[in-house]
Amino acid sequence: MTMMNVTMRSKRFGFGRFIRQQPVAALAIGGLSIIVILAVLAPVISPYDPLASDVPHALLAPDGQHWFGTDELGRDVFSRILAAARLDLSIAVSAVAISLVAGVTVGCFCGYQGGWLDRVTGRIVDVLTAFPLFVMAMALVAVLGNSIANLIYATAIINFPFYIRIARSEVAARRNLGWVEAAHVSGTSPTRIVLMFLLPNILPTIVVQASLNLGWAILNAAGLSFLGLGIPVPTPEWGVMVANGAHFMSSGRWWLVVFPGGMLMVTILCFNLLGDGLRDLLDPRTRS
Amino acid sequence: MSAEKHLLPPLVRRIGLRLGAALPALFCVILFTFIMMRVLPGDPAVYFASGPNAGQAEIQELRHKMGLDAPMPVQFLHYLENLVTGDLGRSLTTGQSVARDMQERLPASLELTLTALALSLLISLPLGLTAAWWSGSKYDQFVRAFCSACFCIPPFVSGILLVYVCYYWLGLAPDPTGRINIFLPQPPRLTGLLLIDSALAGDWTAWHEAAGQLVLPATTMALFVIAPLTRMTRAAVISVLGADYIRTARAMGLPTWRIMIVYTLRNALMPVLTTVGIVFSTMMGANVLVEKIFSWPGVASYALDALVSSDYAPVQGFILLMACLFILVNLVIDLLLGVLDPRVSVE
Repeated sequence: MTMMNVTMRSKRFGFGRFIRQQPVAALAIGGLSIIVILAVLAPVISPYDPLASDVPHALLAPDGQHWFGTDELGRDVFSRILAAARLDLSIAVSAVAISLVAGVTVGCFCGYQGGWLDRVTGRIVDVLTAFPLFVMAMALVAVLGNSIANLIYATAIINFPFYIRIARSEVAARRNLGWVEAAHVSGTSPTRIVLMFLLPNILPTIVVQASLNLGWAILNAAGLSFLGLGIPVPTPEWGVMVANGAHFMSSGRWWLVVFPGGMLMVTILCFNLLGDGLRDLLDPRTRS
Repeated sequence: MSAEKHLLPPLVRRIGLRLGAALPALFCVILFTFIMMRVLPGDPAVYFASGPNAGQAEIQELRHKMGLDAPMPVQFLHYLENLVTGDLGRSLTTGQSVARDMQERLPASLELTLTALALSLLISLPLGLTAAWWSGSKYDQFVRAFCSACFCIPPFVSGILLVYVCYYWLGLAPDPTGRINIFLPQPPRLTGLLLIDSALAGDWTAWHEAAGQLVLPATTMALFVIAPLTRMTRAAVISVLGADYIRTARAMGLPTWRIMIVYTLRNALMPVLTTVGIVFSTMMGANVLVEKIFSWPGVASYALDALVSSDYAPVQGFILLMACLFILVNLVIDLLLGVLDPRVSVE
């Protein structure tokens, strides 16, 4: 517990220094905050109902009335993008949270116990992390059924091996250190050692991984929904919006793809830059 | 140890070892596809029964004949047996056997993926090399920003934007649907790769046509993987640049290009090649998106069409094909690593 408090306190006090050292990451935090605020306030600030169709005003180019134009049913693209931000962010956060908790649990257990189970897990995870996981996710959504919950589970499952690997290697690297052995000798239970001694130490690495993973999770979830998997029809989601807009691209209606696609890009970019910045901060040796 | 005589030549032993190491993962994938086929809604026996009003007794008999009433482990053994004999089931949408369908469509996917891989290597190797050479400069920062930008564009967005700019706006690219104009005489099918087939037949009109159709999808896919390749090249080159032999080469006054390409790049290729393996599997996933956007008649779009119409045998075949391709590619890369650096293959 003390360990965690120390890291958190030093981070809070060093925020000004953080901005000077990592201007790009600070910018990414700024961008993400704006996106999150927009997503949270979506029902209040969106000018139109994201689901209400208004056929006489279909396919309007962006203007003062409709900032980002309207789609083929006359729905306001700006309102839909805000509503989609809520959905996309919650999908990414819940998927990453599930895989983080499950992966870190399994990884810590394997890394601390060692033995043949650990070796087999390690081998399988090594191969799985390099496997075409997007294909796996497609099949998973098909097996589990077409729903948002299953989209989240599929995204979580393909993130899962990365957390096992990282937790496992980090725990294994510390397992034989003096302070762990001291705790062991003085009768601390393995569960307590992992939770109280090892977990706080490997947490920073995992947070970096989670930040990079959030971008990847959004990319995967949007890719799946672009293919028509997971999201039921009228629900606004960035990938679905891009897929629908693609039909109107050949007649020059660029705004249907550019705005949701741009939001995807900016969000993924922010998560990646934040992850890179946090990693540099944690381990200046990897700084490029 | 070294005096011990092995029955097999080292190369064969190495291949065997690598394949053996891939077996647990392959087994997991097979188990996954098996469970997938069993869990999915729809009883195959009902489907194959003579009609919608087939009697319960008839369905029972069919279930027995198809082995569906056997215990799960027995069914799994049956399934393995079918896979080994190359029987991947039958597609309900095309009415053909899945193995045959995939055989017809695999070359299209391979041509796309390999062209994209070649394209991305052509871009990222020089980019990473020069960025590392002038590391810390404005140019290096530009390359870094470019990579970050490329890495965050989902392939389905970049593909559609490329179509918009190159086809709709500038009119440079041909109609972005499919591989080749089906009204043109097709080159005789030898490898199935249109670029190679038409070149072999000396049919340069068809070659141009095929190449033109390939540019946009291949660029889309290449853009997606430029970032990891460039970053890895840059990091590998930087670690090589500090080596004594580079300093010696410089001190001896060798021309810069020679130091760059012969001494630096060659030695930096190892980690890059390892990354190519990971990148290749990313590309196989991105294949699904790119093939959908460009109506590319490859295995991925085949599987996706089947998935949407709840026809699961092709999906299962596709996953297994991807797994095998993935294992094969990693084997090839592993052997190439041994060629690049003979120390790797000494055990």
